[in-house]
Amino acid sequence: MKQGTAQVTAEICKKFGNDRTRLMDIAIAVQDRFGCVSHEAMEEIARQVRSHRVEVESLVSFYAFLSVKPQGKVVIRLCSDIVDWMKGYKDVAEAMARELGITMGETTPDGAITLTHTPCIGMSDQAPAALVNSVVVTHLTPERGRQLVRDLRRHLDPQQLVTMVGDGNNEHPLVRAMVRNNIRMRGPVHFADFEPGSALRKAVEMTPADVIRTIKDSRLRGRGGAGFPAGLKWEMAANAPGEKRYVLCNADEGEPGTFKDRVLLTECADQLMEGMTIAGYAVGSDTGIIYLRGEYRYLLPYLQSVVEGRRRQGYLGRDILGRKGLHFDIRIQLGAGAYICGEETALISSCEGLRGDPKNRPPFPPQEGYLGCPTIVNNVETLCCVSRILLEGSDWFASMGSSRTTGTKVLSISGDCRKPGVYEVPFGITARELIEMTEAENAGTMLIGGPCRQMIGPDRLEGRICYDDLATGGAIIIFNRARNRLEIAEHYLDFFIEESCGYCTPCRVGLTLLKNQVHKVIDGAGEPADLVEMRDLSNFIINTSRCGLGQAAPNPVLGALEIGDLSSGFVAERKPGLLPGFDLSKAVIDAELRVGRQSKYV
Amino acid sequence: MNRVTFTIDGKEVKAIRGQTILKAADAAGVFIPRLCAYRDLTPNGSCRVCSVRVNGRIQAACVQTVAEGAIVENETPELLEYRRNIVDMLFVEGNHFCMFCEKSGFCELQALAYRFGIKAPRYPFLYPKRDLDMSHPHVFLDHNRCILCGRCVRASQDMDGKNVFQFVERGGRKRLQVNGDSLSETDLKATDEAVSVCPVGALMKKRVGYEVPVGRRRYDEKPIGDDIEMKGEK
Ligand SMILES: Cc1cc2nc3c(=O)[nH]c(=O)nc-3n(C[C@H](O)[C@H](O)[C@H](O)COP(=O)(O)O)c2cc1C
Ligand code: SF4
Ligand code: SF4
Ligand code: FES
Repeated sequence: MKQGTAQVTAEICKKFGNDRTRLMDIAIAVQDRFGCVSHEAMEEIARQVRSHRVEVESLVSFYAFLSVKPQGKVVIRLCSDIVDWMKGYKDVAEAMARELGITMGETTPDGAITLTHTPCIGMSDQAPAALVNSVVVTHLTPERGRQLVRDLRRHLDPQQLVTMVGDGNNEHPLVRAMVRNNIRMRGPVHFADFEPGSALRKAVEMTPADVIRTIKDSRLRGRGGAGFPAGLKWEMAANAPGEKRYVLCNADEGEPGTFKDRVLLTECADQLMEGMTIAGYAVGSDTGIIYLRGEYRYLLPYLQSVVEGRRRQGYLGRDILGRKGLHFDIRIQLGAGAYICGEETALISSCEGLRGDPKNRPPFPPQEGYLGCPTIVNNVETLCCVSRILLEGSDWFASMGSSRTTGTKVLSISGDCRKPGVYEVPFGITARELIEMTEAENAGTMLIGGPCRQMIGPDRLEGRICYDDLATGGAIIIFNRARNRLEIAEHYLDFFIEESCGYCTPCRVGLTLLKNQVHKVIDGAGEPADLVEMRDLSNFIINTSRCGLGQAAPNPVLGALEIGDLSSGFVAERKPGLLPGFDLSKAVIDAELRVGRQSKYV
Repeated sequence: MNRVTFTIDGKEVKAIRGQTILKAADAAGVFIPRLCAYRDLTPNGSCRVCSVRVNGRIQAACVQTVAEGAIVENETPELLEYRRNIVDMLFVEGNHFCMFCEKSGFCELQALAYRFGIKAPRYPFLYPKRDLDMSHPHVFLDHNRCILCGRCVRASQDMDGKNVFQFVERGGRKRLQVNGDSLSETDLKATDEAVSVCPVGALMKKRVGYEVPVGRRRYDEKPIGDDIEMKGEK
């Protein structure tokens, strides 16, 4: 067996050309084969790709879906996002743990099944959900959880858990997932018919500069959240000096409550890949990479088949559409459980076979990105828009939406509402209209753009979805009036703490301190000074963190502070002479236990 | 056109195009505090102690390059508070017992705390449980005192031509790891640059601690940054 590990690992490395930059693929393949990437395997990988064991470990230990220690043959990852909590996560988790006879994070003694949890897997519209290896199970209940465990015990084959498949391409033989699309509103950009090759034909009839001009005229802004003008980004990359250029598609979709790219990848894969090919033509690139989050691995075989289909049709590969010298091909890079890899420079690091640490900027990716070459990173939805703009024209696109934000937006709406799902709406729609559309009753709080954007209260419902007002990458989460905003904020802080890359001090340490502060108030031990401290700490973290994660993580706390009256969290009674938040009896419990008697003075 | 002029707190500074703000400030005798940046090692911008405002935006001076006409703010009340916060955070994140530490008086973290007038951290201690690696005959690695600055990582690679150190895990669990099961299994030598660049008492040579009596240690007499500021006064 020992011999086996090294040998098999060496073969895997060889399959990826012993290429140091393909370390992600190598580590994922080793993890698949052995249920872990052991020290021995890391040693071998290091030997094959001319690296060092500690460098391989640096990568392996970074990603949640890779592990140095052995995991069960089947790993159940329950989604612990706040929406799943609202829909019964706790009971499901308890039922499954009891049925397995283990606690969260453990593996059954026979090494068969591991039970653990993971942040949002992009299924908030069908929560509670879980990943069983890469198979998605949705709408869990305690009873279904128990049944799932019993079935797994019998066959240890996650795919057999899928007894009913979802709609659309979820039924495709290469997908066969119980996931439902839940498309509640079909708009003209993404959910109208799309004929593969049609947009590409239009593009190659223009010069690359004219394609960029068209995208600029459409005033298309990035759909991943930041809203950077797509045409400008392309122009920068096209003009940057360099032999080789890259087009990266950001399909990491990690922002809690976002699942619209899941649906676009399922239903609009051709439109997306065509957008990438058009981008390649425009900026002078022959290589595209789709960075697919590990959670969406169930879509990988299908997406790969779309790539192959497009090669056969002459839309990808060499001499595209029969044009001599026009080359563009796409590879799909799988992620492995790291929210930070959605940040574009961290995404590039990950594609290069590194930890998902963001890079220092400048230089920006259009100047120096993947492997030091000019690179554009665009969101799935942005690239889908590109194909439609080429087909229908920039005026058509710019005529939709609000004055400064053109086109439509695909929203993923979930939480306390009757109709969670995907809605393609024109920009400019108000928060109130969303509440009506989704039949949300008694809505008290909304998160627009997920936790990294803004939390709004009932007084902001006239606000409009667009980059100048309520900006969003697509996540809308609705909470009813009974939900405590500070608890919502704490839940998301836990998420950001787990997902921080740990590179810079304010985010790595500051978020934990902030969480403790917030918890103190939730616990009823707060005092007015704690609110001031919470605000100061939040602003400090936002101002000094190195990347967008730290710069956004305190937003839910600031939102809760701004909207609500938090005085219920203050200590009611204060003992004279003591700090109000200080609980003397709690402080001496440890000592009392040790000496075996109670203090008289408390 | 290889020179640029900009200002730091109103003082005009001349620099070479492409230089970092930190390097330019050093040359001009203006001290911007730093922890992860060290001489000619490639800066990594991780500690954020060198945060300055550049045309209104907060940037890390060690990685941000100079721009013609830029207005850099260094010693504003806000920035002084932010830097203090960071030093405080580094103290509470680890376990630092300065009174027993061999690095006391030579430690850059401690020296910055003194310079900023910190007597006790404003945040509650996190008291993490961390390991001590004494396996190497001449060098020890005490994770309790490691501030994750990455100087040793870069020095080992860029100056020693080795790869003894890397960071593993992420977020609050991020820690320094050596290329082997323990330090003695690596090819680290006590004479490696990696050992001498550690700003704190985490990575140190054995048997040389406490050589200099209290009162005559490096930062007992002059605060950290004094050498740089002396240049500015000339
Ligand atoms: C912490 C963090 C996570 C992010 N996650 C994503 C993501 O999952 N998907 C995405 O498209 N953009 C994400 N972004 C934004 C990207 O950095 C980048 O702006 C985007 O991919 C650019 O594409 P666009 O201009 O087409 O939107 C994230 C940013 C940060 C700071
Ligand atoms: S802000 Fe957080 S995620 Fe971003 S670099 Fe710093 S530690 Fe990493
Ligand atoms: S051991 Fe020292 S030099 Fe290395 S990362 Fe820790 S504090 Fe920095
Ligand atoms: S010295 Fe600049 S970030 Fe550490």
